[in-house]
Amino acid sequence: MPPVQAIIRKELRSYFVSPIVYVVGGVFLLTFGFLAYLYIVFTGAQAIQLTQMQGGPAQINLNDLVFRNLFASMRFVLLLILPILTMRLLAEERKLRTFEFLMTAPIRVSEIIVGKFISVYLVFMGMLLLTTLVPLTLALFSDFDWYPVLTGYLGLTLLGGLFLAVGLFASSITENQIVAAFTSFGLLLMSWLLAGLGSLLGDTPAGQVISYLSFMEHYDHLVRGLIDTRDLVYYLSGTVLMLFLAHRIVDSSRWK
Amino acid sequence: MIEVCNITKRYGHLTAIDRVTFRVEKGEVLAFLGPNGAGKTTTMRILTSFIPATEGTAQIAGFDCAEQPDEVKKRIGYLPETPPVYQELTVAEYLGFVGKLRGLSGASLTQALDRVTERLSLGTVRQRLIANLSRGYRQRVGLAQALIHDPPVLILDEPTVGLDPKQIIEIRELIKSLAGSHSVILSTHILPEATAVCQRVVIINGGRIVAEDTPDQLSARLRKSEKISITLKAPPANVAERLREVPGVEHVLATSDPKTVLIECALGRDIREDVARFAVGQNWGLLEMKPVSMTLEDVFLKLTQREEELPKSNDTTVGEQQ
Repeated sequence: MPPVQAIIRKELRSYFVSPIVYVVGGVFLLTFGFLAYLYIVFTGAQAIQLTQMQGGPAQINLNDLVFRNLFASMRFVLLLILPILTMRLLAEERKLRTFEFLMTAPIRVSEIIVGKFISVYLVFMGMLLLTTLVPLTLALFSDFDWYPVLTGYLGLTLLGGLFLAVGLFASSITENQIVAAFTSFGLLLMSWLLAGLGSLLGDTPAGQVISYLSFMEHYDHLVRGLIDTRDLVYYLSGTVLMLFLAHRIVDSSRWK
Repeated sequence: MIEVCNITKRYGHLTAIDRVTFRVEKGEVLAFLGPNGAGKTTTMRILTSFIPATEGTAQIAGFDCAEQPDEVKKRIGYLPETPPVYQELTVAEYLGFVGKLRGLSGASLTQALDRVTERLSLGTVRQRLIANLSRGYRQRVGLAQALIHDPPVLILDEPTVGLDPKQIIEIRELIKSLAGSHSVILSTHILPEATAVCQRVVIINGGRIVAEDTPDQLSARLRKSEKISITLKAPPANVAERLREVPGVEHVLATSDPKTVLIECALGRDIREDVARFAVGQNWGLLEMKPVSMTLEDVFLKLTQREEELPKSNDTTVGEQQ
């Protein structure tokens, strides 16, 4: 599909020419590094305490004390950061009147949506790849189980994909980038709060449905090292649904 | 090449264009002339498959703009009102991107790039960011974008807006050079532009086509005729022919109402009395007779008024002749 490739290359070019990627990527990496540092130092302090109490070297589980906390915190960081990456995707096209050009070029709406999604996803994957320096460095000095770290990363890539798809959808409904960013914040925060409502309702059918709709629980499973098909289905179907909605919005815009 | 048949576009209660019909032959350059808000852009958007018409059909090269948008989009080059450029790209990058979207690649893409850069004299700015280009250059990049795949049909929405007089002449020359091999529709609110580059002019006002003719004939007709409209209770089938018997009548035009006809006569000559006597004499039942408010003239007036704001050019205009 050469048109999709052309869109991806153009979007990547736009991202790296503008300061967005550098600012968002910088904040993301700084936060990741800082959080990792805090959890590691905190774990170290606990280890010293335990050593003093037990009188011998303590068994410290880095997976539980560092990585689980780190991945759990990262979902909020993603929630705050990814809408900034996606807000320009379609809103800017409308604002700068290049939307009409795209829509009259011999390219399908689905190719536009997919191309834009892939490009922002590649940017996100690039950012994520740089964060692997943290576990790699840590592996030089300590022992931990790689499996939950890898499933945690799997969780981040799936969660990121869903967030980016929500952001792309939000960007499709407006020509104002700030509105787009806030709409995706709103949607993601709602999805987060649904988890609270779900646990309030407990084990009732309604509670289960609501808990399923929130991204929280599914992500927790992966961070704990559980790969459950239901969670994978949740993320993939959610991402596809959001892209589909964006497609419908863009396609219907010419009927207005 | 382009066939528009009775298209109407309504936005809620607002009718943007109303039963617009015209056609453009292969190799013809047609000007779509009208004041701002007349419905030019709406018509062009329908032709480019960007929006569908509420009623009526538009076809490009035999493909329906609403039903077969993929086929239509392949065959058109479109320059919207605002040149659709990405400011963060260089001219070469942008045109390369457009070429790839248009399905060009490799050698054919390089060739197409060289051709449009040459044709629009963009050579010196190829490697510059579009953000740093002047309005005139952006407009030219926009035109290059519409020409890169050498489409048989070009739709240009106000292609010379914002250019300086020298650039305007260059772009007009370019459009003239496209005639013959390409079918071109260009919209404009500038009368001399229409007369300078087009073989035929469609004047649109308030969403309706007011006149359609060659620039020469339009101006000729404009200057020498006056119109009256008559409504008859029982007009015969050959009413037009019969009315021409009245001395002074030059043309008789049918209207959408079969009982009403428009009569054109020489400027400054009042034939109302003669026409009335004739109609009554024939027992057609004359119901109404009124001088037609000069719609065409009104439009021309509006257009020529705008002309004063523009930089002086060498074109002779109908407005100046008046």
